Amino acid sequence: MTHSRATGAHGGAIGLNGIKKWFGTFQAVDDVTLDIRSNEFFTLLGPSGCGKTTLLRMIAGFELPTEGSLTLDGAEISSLLPNQRPVNTVFQNYALFPHLTVAENIGFGLKMLGRPKAETAAVVADMLKLVHLEGRGDDPVTQLSGGQQQRVALARALAPRPKVLLLDEPLSALDLKLRKSMQIELKRLQAETGITFIFVTHDQEEALTMSDRIAVMSSGKVRQVGTAREIYDRPADRFVADFIGETNFLEATVERVEAGRAVLRLPSGATLTAGLPDGLSPSGKVSFVIRPEHAGLVAAGSGTIDGTLGNVVYFGTDTHYHVHLDDGATFIVRRQNARAGASGGPEAGQRVGILFGEDAAQILRD
Amino acid sequence: MASEVERIGRERERKDIRDRWLLSAPALVIVFLAAVGPLFVMLLYSFMVKGDYGDVRPGEFSLEGWVSVFFQRDIFDDTLGLADAHLSIIWRSIQLSFLTTVLTLILGFPTAYFIATRPPHTREIWVFLVTIPFWTNLLIRTFAMQQVIRNEGLLNNALIWLGVIERPLQIMYTDTANLLGMTYVYLPLMVLPLYASIEKLDFRLVEAGYDLYATRFQVLRRIVIPLVRPGIIAGSILVFIPSLGAYVIPRVLGGGKNMMLGNLIELQFGAGRNWPLGAAMSITLMALVMVALIVYVRNASRGGAGHV
Repeated sequence: MTHSRATGAHGGAIGLNGIKKWFGTFQAVDDVTLDIRSNEFFTLLGPSGCGKTTLLRMIAGFELPTEGSLTLDGAEISSLLPNQRPVNTVFQNYALFPHLTVAENIGFGLKMLGRPKAETAAVVADMLKLVHLEGRGDDPVTQLSGGQQQRVALARALAPRPKVLLLDEPLSALDLKLRKSMQIELKRLQAETGITFIFVTHDQEEALTMSDRIAVMSSGKVRQVGTAREIYDRPADRFVADFIGETNFLEATVERVEAGRAVLRLPSGATLTAGLPDGLSPSGKVSFVIRPEHAGLVAAGSGTIDGTLGNVVYFGTDTHYHVHLDDGATFIVRRQNARAGASGGPEAGQRVGILFGEDAAQILRD
Repeated sequence: MASEVERIGRERERKDIRDRWLLSAPALVIVFLAAVGPLFVMLLYSFMVKGDYGDVRPGEFSLEGWVSVFFQRDIFDDTLGLADAHLSIIWRSIQLSFLTTVLTLILGFPTAYFIATRPPHTREIWVFLVTIPFWTNLLIRTFAMQQVIRNEGLLNNALIWLGVIERPLQIMYTDTANLLGMTYVYLPLMVLPLYASIEKLDFRLVEAGYDLYATRFQVLRRIVIPLVRPGIIAGSILVFIPSLGAYVIPRVLGGGKNMMLGNLIELQFGAGRNWPLGAAMSITLMALVMVALIVYVRNASRGGAGHV
């Protein structure tokens, strides 16, 4: 799509510095420092109540930080009212104005900014096209389906050309299929408009598929910031590892640390090397994680550890093998299914070995 | 076989209809006795001839009552002229009721907005406080108002003490007294429906408005007011109707010179001994209310885009 106004568009960079937010005696945000880059698709990911929405509302201007500074392109904006910030929000339940038409909703921001009528009409027409709602401009918003309302909410927030677009769990009310297509749609809109997107979600899949970078939050704190791959492959702590994807937690003793990697000794006597979170030099007992797909099943005795095979769960694309280790823990191995893979898989009750993949283990900051 | 099914179906339908009538019978009786019946009596009386000591002469009919609502006979040549006194009282009633509605709206809107934006359990306390005046008889509240606005009353004394005025303001026995009294008495009737509407307002829409660069005034005008329009309409109706028929307030605060329609009607049934005229005036009042309602609701719901 040719979108002339998108060329040379510049998304704003948001800086959060030591942001704290108290609601009475409850601390919603605890000392958050983040640098969100221009043109970035940035996601705040965490369970409900982790402070991600509060953070978003502070960027929008609906809440004031109790402490800390908030900048847009380097300039302090904490004292600006929401209507003075070049930042727009896509609300969780869209918050469309029910007494206005689709076009009036989309043009609302421009009208409030006092733009000429002709310009507003042109932008609204552009926006309708951008979100595939051509010809629906005169419809009352109450007559639209959930997915269409979602797109109107997006168009309404994009129409005034904000420097930063805030999205507060915008896909949570949609059904699975619509959600998948909107994920791709959002990514496209972000690339086309060049606006910085800050996306809040509790859905790890949404976060992993769309984001340039993700900040994982819990209890008001940012646990880890990184690309989807970094967060998934190199979780910094137990919370991140547990929250994102499935994972196996194991314990071992540190033998030595060399060249940014640790050599671990398992209780069974086997040794392996594991990745380290930045700046950590562990000793003694540590926890580490291995993703189910980074381990394989082999004959007993020839893997890193042995166990007894329990449940075998078939998922279509892959199969999960639940292996009961000798210390009582359960280790899940995921294997991609080949066609007619029924022939010769291991069976429940059998002794098996688990072979850890190269570079599969990651030590956690506990 | 089919006819048998049909017959049972018809019978059941008949029984349903009969049950419905039986169930609603008590309500219908009350509505008829308490509302339709008296109205009918009024309508009948308005077309009868007045008795010498009040009441009407049985069996005699005339249009005199209706004519004298709007016209009066000249004492000398018996020609009909407009009844200026009646018309000016009707006109003043309409004006005062309109002003009362506007004033209660101006005062009631911020009040209702304030209450609706408190935390839930605090809201209940505020709503409770708003209803407290209803615990007291209207007459007593009106006399209380008199104590505030009379020449030696609270308001005048306070203003003199503050040095704002030297001599007391004559508020009693003026239209201002009527207006103040009615605004005070009918304010809760505006606040409560407004509150009910504003309380239902989705405040995320207000946030969305601010987010989209609207100023406070623009949010109020473009978002809040259109969305709470049903409450504005309900409150205005609830205030305008009793204002137009107000009796106690103009009687106590307005004095004899500043009658309103309610007092004029009472006069006909009392000292005036002209029941047909009183009855005709009552029905005129009802017609005024109805016309005002139709005009108002039509105008108010226009542009609501199906949202009322």
